[in-house]
This record gives sequence, structure tokens and C-alpha cells, in this order.
Amino acid sequence: MNYFESNVISNKQLTDDIFVLEVERKDATAAAGQFFMLKCWDNELTLMRPISIFKAEADTLHFMYRVIGKGTQRLSQLHKGDKLQLLGALGTGYPIQQVHGRIALVGGGLGIPPLCQTAKELAAHGAEVVAHIGYRDKLFALEDFKPYCKDVLFSIEKGEIGYHGFVTDLLKPEQFDAVFTCGPEIMMRKVAAMCAEKGVACWCSMENRMACGIGACLGCSIKTTEGMKRCCKDGPVFRAETLFQ
Amino acid sequence: MNLQTTICNIKFKNPIIAASGTFGFGEEFNKLYDVSCLGGISSKGLTLHPKEGNEGIRVYETPSGMMNSVGLQNPGIEAFIKEGIANMRKFDTVLIANMGGHSMEDYVTGAKMLSDADIDMLELNISCPNVKSGGMAFGLKADVASEVVRAVREVCHKPLIVKLSPNAENIVDMAKACEAAGADALSLVNTFQAMAIDIHKRKAVFNNVYAGLSGAAIKPIALRMVHSVCKAVNVPVIGIGGIATAQDVLEFTMAGAAAVQIGTANFSNPLICKDILSDLEQLCQRENIHSLDEIRGII
Ligand SMILES: Cc1cc2nc3c(=O)[nH]c(=O)nc-3n(C[C@H](O)[C@H](O)[C@H](O)COP(=O)(O)OP(=O)(O)OC[C@H]3O[C@@H](n4cnc5c(N)ncnc54)[C@H](O)[C@@H]3O)c2cc1C
Ligand SMILES: Cc1cc2nc3c(=O)[nH]c(=O)nc-3n(C[C@H](O)[C@H](O)[C@H](O)COP(=O)(O)O)c2cc1C
Ligand code: FES
Repeated sequence: MNYFESNVISNKQLTDDIFVLEVERKDATAAAGQFFMLKCWDNELTLMRPISIFKAEADTLHFMYRVIGKGTQRLSQLHKGDKLQLLGALGTGYPIQQVHGRIALVGGGLGIPPLCQTAKELAAHGAEVVAHIGYRDKLFALEDFKPYCKDVLFSIEKGEIGYHGFVTDLLKPEQFDAVFTCGPEIMMRKVAAMCAEKGVACWCSMENRMACGIGACLGCSIKTTEGMKRCCKDGPVFRAETLFQ
Repeated sequence: MNLQTTICNIKFKNPIIAASGTFGFGEEFNKLYDVSCLGGISSKGLTLHPKEGNEGIRVYETPSGMMNSVGLQNPGIEAFIKEGIANMRKFDTVLIANMGGHSMEDYVTGAKMLSDADIDMLELNISCPNVKSGGMAFGLKADVASEVVRAVREVCHKPLIVKLSPNAENIVDMAKACEAAGADALSLVNTFQAMAIDIHKRKAVFNNVYAGLSGAAIKPIALRMVHSVCKAVNVPVIGIGGIATAQDVLEFTMAGAAAVQIGTANFSNPLICKDILSDLEQLCQRENIHSLDEIRGII
């Protein structure tokens, strides 16, 4: 974990509100499911913004984000050569080393990008990965999964191609040794319940508002069966059964 | 330049103290820089019994600041004494135990335990709601606050800092009452009671409806309060509220503060305390200040 300044390599617009920011990695560590706190402002905004690792290359880090408010708006205005501050890598990511065999990834919305780095690390670890991706109306990041996955299934709620419905309709947990999910809580709850029913291990990546991002302020605590846990430090990835009963 | 300062016979390397609740017990920030460079660390607010804290949104950004409703999540005083203190003692800096409470008995029992433990100073947070008087904070009325301070004073043989709430009916009367009740030092301010509404949900953002405002937005008010309290009391005053630069530190010092605490600014830049320290030396040189004593309370 480090706090450092970096340079923007590119900041590409994918859809009307989704961007991919590529920055110099410097010496930052990075693992699947971890995130960075980002900022590209001095005093206009008080808090840094948590964004997951979409892809970690040898020399660069990629972040995929949706513009929803002031902070992500400011990020979207960055250009090649601009400077920004990063704090990370933060948090506890997916347990890549602990799982083996066939692994299902289930992502929805902006929970999709962190699963890309996860697919990459799982594939490198020798796992067979099947991605299940749920879109609302536009496809993004789909191609990024293909090199690391045996299969990439996707659903779209409103759109011309693909399966129309929920991504959970595509998941058959009993075919997998473990399931990693990231996305809207309602989706993850469903995934967790399906896995519990079939006795398949499941990990979820949680989201919460954060101030420090490093475990000091307790602003991001979530209730688990093992007591209050810091989403930024003990998570964001947790065993499903500690979250939802 | 010598930035050393002494408060209640406790030597601080410099007047920069990490504020309670924003710095944990120092461990996390110590991974980013050596926190032994700080004058002191005020621990996360401790209570007699462990607390899970509040449900719902706990932190929320506002223009030039933030609001929080963490609700004093902490492991309890016993666990702090068993493990927390030893961890904090790894840092060569003044260890201030910050303590809250929800009843007079909690405050007294907690203070007794902490005072007997290996801490340097006790900082009494009186902004907590008193369960016995319908949740009204101890720190609003001078007579209620002085009762708590007097009771804690009796059992506390470590230097006692009383941390004032800016929501007090009259901050100067409050300061004087706490001094008279036995406070060795005062620190101010805690967060301002504030509110935010989510218009889409048509609900208050925080489950408790009101939450505490901190950060740059409160600095000018905090400075005014520190100034008027410094004029009215003889005990040392630690300035808190929106401090984020070396210039802010000089402002609070000129207003009379013996030291300062940095809270919310740690979130904007996790190295801020260290950065302020190095900027402070340079700024003093530029301003021809050889010791902070020269400018303390000149306004
Ligand atoms: C661990 C983690 C990983 C994340 N990864 C990604 C990612 O890869 N891509 C992506 O697009 N988004 C991600 N998010 C959500 C992202 O942090 C928010 O969308 C972003 O902070 C919004 O900032 P804003 O200023 O644009 O919005 P505003 O609504 O103006 O933000 C106001 C405040 O609320 C906080 N906030 C608002 N929405 C969220 C949210 N959903 N989660 C947490 N804090 C929020 C902001 O950080 C800020 O402090 C992640 C969140 C977390 C906790
Ligand atoms: C997230 C958060 C948690 C806090 N927790 C405590 C606490 O436990 N005890 C306490 O006395 N003050 C607590 N405070 C108040 C700060 O110590 C400080 O008095 C206040 O934030 C004003 O300073 P600032 O503007 O520099 O943040 C907390 C503040 C924040 C932002
Ligand atoms: S954001 Fe501060 S503890 Fe998680």
C-alpha cells in the first residue's frame, strides 16, 4: 500500500457514461478484487474515490468507472499526461490461491470490471473460468474477459442481442468449485443463495462509502456474522455466508 | 527549528496531533509513513463496553468537508488496555486515549481504568448523548459537563484534556466550567451537528438524521471558538477543526492554541500530518518565526 502521484496514459470513453482510465503503475502492488482510492483534485472535494482494479499490467493500472457524480466527473475529464493521486492497492481481494478447478464469475454493472483482473489471475493460477456478465442496456468489457475464460455468458436487460433477463438465470452453481461475484447487492444475494443451496463456496465484493480507505476511520463498516468488518480493509471481498443469511 | 511544545508537563515533539476517530490507533497510517514523527495521536474514541457503532451511511462528503455518524464503534476500554496500548506504544509519540460515554457511571469507570493504564493523557469526549437525559449530549450545558468533568477528575491521575463540543450553548462558559471542574487542558472543536437529505429517497441521509460536520468548512468557526476560549481560560488549549495546512496551524497558534489536531484532512491526503510538519518549518522560516511561542496568542 502506497500513496503516490501518477500520470494518465489514456482515459477512453466506452459508452455515454463509462470510461477506462489507464495510469502508470509505478511500484504499486495490485491483486484481483483490490481497489485504489483516486483523486485528481486539491481542495474541491474532501474524499478520494474508491475504484477497483480492472486490469493490472506490468507497468500500468486500468480502472473502469461510471460517471455518477462530481468525483467520477472530474476523473472523466483527465487527459493523457495529467497527474492524479492514488492510494493503494487496498483491501482484501478474491482468494485466488485458495480455489481450484472450475470457477464461476458473476458480475453485474460496474461490478464487472474487477472480475476481469480476477479472471486473469485465476487463469494464471490454472483454474477454468466461466464468466457470467449482466448488462443493463449496453455491452462493455466483454472482449476483455475472453482471453482468460473458457466461456463468457452474458445477459442484457434491455438490448438487441444476447439473453434477455437476469445474469443469475445463466448460473448453474453446481457445475463449479467456487463462485466469485461482484455487482448490485440484490444480484449478489441471489448468487449467494443459489450457491448456498448447492453447497458451493461463494465470495462477494461489497461496496460502501469510504473516507480513509485504509481501515482507520470505521466509516465503511458492515455487519457480518463475525462482527463488524471494515469493507475497505477486511473486505471488500467476503465469504458470502458471513454477509447474508 | 524547534517545534517542541509542552502541555501539562507532557513533552510533544511538535504541535501536530492526529485527531480522534480519523486515525484509528495509528497502525494503518504507520504503513504509509512513520507516525512517530507526530507530536501525538489521539486514539479512536473508546467506551467502557465494546460498541458496533451506527447502522446505515456513516460518512458523507459535503462541500469543503464531510459528515460522519460512525457512532463510536470501538473494541471497548478493556480490549484497548489489553492490546491496543501495546500497539500504540510502538510509536514514539504522545499517547492520548480518547474516551466517550453514555452515562456518568461509564465515564467514571472508564476513566479509572484508562488512568491506571499506560497512557500519557486522557481526552474526555463530552459530545456523546446521555442516555439518561433523552440522548442530549453531555457537552451542551455547562452544569452537566462540569459534573462529568468533576467526577472523572476525581478518579483520573493522568493529565485530563476535556474535548469540547461546538454545539455547546455557550462555548466560553463551557470552557470556563470545565476548567473550574478540573480540566488540565481543553481541546476544541468536535464536529458540528448537521444534516443531509437524500431528495430521491425523501429521507435523511443518516439513520440518526443528524450527524457531525468536520473539515475545511468548519475551520473559520473553529478558529473563532479557539480564540475566544483561549482568551477566557488559563489552561492550555488544543485547536481542532478543518486544519489542513501549515498556515492553518499558524493561524490556530496565533489564536492561542498550544497544539493542534488534524482530522478530516487525513482522508484528503493520507500523508497530510507529515506534509504539514515539513511545510511548517519552511513557513516559519519564511515568516521569520523562530519558535511558536513567539506568536502564540498574539491576536
Ligand atoms: C471497493 C469499491 C470499489 C469500487 N469500484 C468501482 C469501479 O471499479 N468502478 C466504478 O465505476 N465504481 C466503483 N465503485 C463505486 C465508486 O466508488 C463510486 O461510484 C464513486 O465514489 C462515486 O463518486 P462521485 O463523486 O462520482 O459520486 P458522488 O455521489 O458525488 O459521491 C459522493 C460521495 O459518495 C461516495 N459514493 C457514491 N456512490 C458510491 C458507491 N456506489 N460506493 C461507494 N462510495 C460511493 C463517493 O465516494 C463520495 O465520497 C467502487 C466502490 C467501492 C467501495
Ligand atoms: C470519521 C470521524 C470519526 C470521529 N470520531 C471521533 C471520536 O471517536 N471521538 C472524538 O472525540 N472525536 C471524533 N471525531 C471528531 C474529530 O476528532 C475532530 O474533532 C473533528 O472531526 C474536527 O476536526 P477536523 O475538521 O480536522 O476533522 C471524528 C471525526 C470524524 C470525521
Ligand atoms: S474507509 Fe475508513 S475504515 Fe474503511
